[in-house]
Amino acid sequence: MKQMDAVQRRLLQEVADLHDIPEGAYNFRANGESVGRQSTANIEITSKTDKSGIDIRIAPGTKRESVHIPVVMSESGLKETVYNDFYIGEDSDVLIVAGCGIDNCGTQDSQHDGVHRFFVGKHARIRYVEKHYGSGEGTGKRILNPVTELYLEEGATAELEMVQIKGVDSTARTTVAELKADAKLIVRERLMTHGVQEASSIYKVSLNGDGSSADVVSRSVARDKSYQKLDLCVVGNAACSGHTECDSIIMDEGRILAVPSLEANSIEAALVHEAAIGKIAGEQLIKLMTLGLTEAEAEEQIISGFLK
Amino acid sequence: MLELRHLSFAADSDGKDKEIIRDLSLTVDNNKFVVVTGPNGGGKSTLAKLIAGIERPTDGQILLDGEDITEKSITERARMGIGFAFQQPVRFKGLTVLDLLRIAAGKTLTVSDACGYLSEVGLCAKDYISREVNASLSGGELKRIEIATVLARSIRLALFDEPEAGIDLWSFSNLIRIFEKMRDPENNRTILVISHQERILSIADEIIVLADGCVTKQGSREEILPDIIGSQYATNPCRGMTEGEQA
Repeated sequence: MKQMDAVQRRLLQEVADLHDIPEGAYNFRANGESVGRQSTANIEITSKTDKSGIDIRIAPGTKRESVHIPVVMSESGLKETVYNDFYIGEDSDVLIVAGCGIDNCGTQDSQHDGVHRFFVGKHARIRYVEKHYGSGEGTGKRILNPVTELYLEEGATAELEMVQIKGVDSTARTTVAELKADAKLIVRERLMTHGVQEASSIYKVSLNGDGSSADVVSRSVARDKSYQKLDLCVVGNAACSGHTECDSIIMDEGRILAVPSLEANSIEAALVHEAAIGKIAGEQLIKLMTLGLTEAEAEEQIISGFLK
Repeated sequence: MLELRHLSFAADSDGKDKEIIRDLSLTVDNNKFVVVTGPNGGGKSTLAKLIAGIERPTDGQILLDGEDITEKSITERARMGIGFAFQQPVRFKGLTVLDLLRIAAGKTLTVSDACGYLSEVGLCAKDYISREVNASLSGGELKRIEIATVLARSIRLALFDEPEAGIDLWSFSNLIRIFEKMRDPENNRTILVISHQERILSIADEIIVLADGCVTKQGSREEILPDIIGSQYATNPCRGMTEGEQA
């Protein structure tokens, strides 16, 4: 594997909690090229031949294994779209850690658009963790537009943890999921924007099989003059249950548009949505101040707890 | 020693300044358990908030052990050792009971220390330590956690605003035990409780009756309690509950 510089290592730590090469299968991408890859007996990673990206094939019955596919960009002005497809064998149970860190110290925009498709086999289970992070003092923007598509076979479970807390100037996140009978989707999204950042997060979850269920929860904080649009839609086409929740804190001059929506195309569909936007309650700040925190410290505690 | 000198507080009410605390002066000695009672709207909660710095007086001074704290912020007063338990505990999405106790203690608190505080308020620690302080907790549970946050702090003046409000009878007897333990002279704490409850009044060293923003009576329990017992200033929790009154 090629050597990474200090900036790339720092980005890697932010997005994948990694200090060095992880155990198991991995593919590291830095500044537009693969810098390290390892397949294992059960997890095979190969390059796509028709476009940029990789195929990850997980053998049926693979348990307690992990795949790391972090991306770091430290050159200003890079723009790329990467297609990664995951084929997850029946009855497997794996952890997939993705994530992208961009450090842009230059004047040109840097952009990474990752298109991830997951084909989750019958009764397989995945936990997918995706962290996005940006840093750098340059005027060039850090842009990330991830697309996540999930196709869950019967009895499959996907648990998604999507986190974007810092430094990404512009993001359009799109997540689409289609669930067959008894499949289950759990999403926990955490989003924070600051400065003049703009973020949109769009979900469309189709519950197509009897017994399928989805629980999509987004918690977000918009600070300074940032703007967020959260559009969470669950479609019930069978005897299914779905829940979406957008819970947001606005600070300073932050703005948020939350559009939770439900569509029931079956009399047996049970769907619920909740949405709440508000500033930090004054009484929460006062309570923590009576415990000895300053107002700024209290604010930080409340935000970090909310986005935990 | 807590000393209030000519304290006044006015708040805007329908465009007019309404005086809630009027030229109030009183002294509370160290190591005392003092209960402030009086009619609803008499200014009791406002008084506690003025002492904690949550409200600012329109006139007068507040001194703690001789130091004028009138201009000090909530945070500064907290750091000087003033603790405040809210009548309606605040909920936090995401912050756990352990997080809150750690913030209260102002230091890295071990899980076993945190469990100790929870046990003191009658909560089985392992069931609560990682629970979020959110709407999934009942009013009584929140109240006990609120009291635990005060216990976790090293304080010299503890203020409790109607600690019995919203808790069940079992918790109420437990509350009395907590107060009895807290008032141990070795702890060197002054405790000021806002309450109408006869049982809390009956363990007070001193009772202050506040009405219409002024102290109308102040003295030892022996002097004051016989005068007010059975009145709305010294009610019995069972009676309050059966009649559906606000405790």
